[in-house]
Amino acid sequence: MIATTFSWLVFIGAGLVAIVASLLMVTRRNPVHSALWLIVAFFSIAIIYISLNAQFIAVAQVIVYAGAIMMLILFVIMLIHLEREQELTGKITGAKIVASFITIILFLEIVAAVLSFRVTGMKGPFTPEMVNGFGNVRAVGMVLYGKYMFPFEIASILLLIGIVGAVVLSKRRKE
Amino acid sequence: MPTLPQIPQSLYFALSAILFTIGAVGVITRRNAIIIFMCLELMLNGVNLAFIAAGSALNSLDGVIFVFFVMTVAAAEAAVGLAIFVMIFRLKGSVNVDQINLLKG
Repeated sequence: MIATTFSWLVFIGAGLVAIVASLLMVTRRNPVHSALWLIVAFFSIAIIYISLNAQFIAVAQVIVYAGAIMMLILFVIMLIHLEREQELTGKITGAKIVASFITIILFLEIVAAVLSFRVTGMKGPFTPEMVNGFGNVRAVGMVLYGKYMFPFEIASILLLIGIVGAVVLSKRRKE
Repeated sequence: MPTLPQIPQSLYFALSAILFTIGAVGVITRRNAIIIFMCLELMLNGVNLAFIAAGSALNSLDGVIFVFFVMTVAAAEAAVGLAIFVMIFRLKGSVNVDQINLLKG
């Protein structure tokens, strides 16, 4: 009973923080403020991952998203000085309003589909009790290095291509 | 005191839909390429949340594995995309997407 109430409180709190932080991220003028609000949203999504019993992904979310990717974005924002950009963002055209309206219709469609949809299908073997018996990370590792070995290797090649591409693109060319 | 039910899965999916929509509206309305990029990351996070919620509902770890691969792709995308932004800034002195029209006929 108390555990259920607590999980509701965690879900509502983290969900509201995520929504408000992402709204602020979209509306702030200053890109540095946007990036900081996005970090807040990533942290609260990590809390929701923990409440869904996915500890490994929660930690990876904090390290990879809130740590590595956002640090890269902040570096680039500060590298290319964007003071002049700030006054360019204010224009609201009719096309933007129509496109936002269509996106909100898409959102209502998704919500209608979700509320009338029940997750069915065969249940897997990884019940929370069984996973917590030997740890989430170990369970993820068993699946990742067993059934998903080949996609894992391809992901490493993708990261290598990403490194090479970033170095090649940002190298200064001699004219 | 009435007992609360367990959190229904549809609430997690609704939250992921909200995050995805906020990201999509940001991509449409903002003109700064870096903020568009951050909105894309937010959309990816909304999708990741749906994966984790479905995996948790079905007692499966496949959702976690898929989110792991999405994170890998997002990291590679961040490295290459930000390098492209730096290059465009050197070329045009701006990252406003309205001014990036090199491929326009």
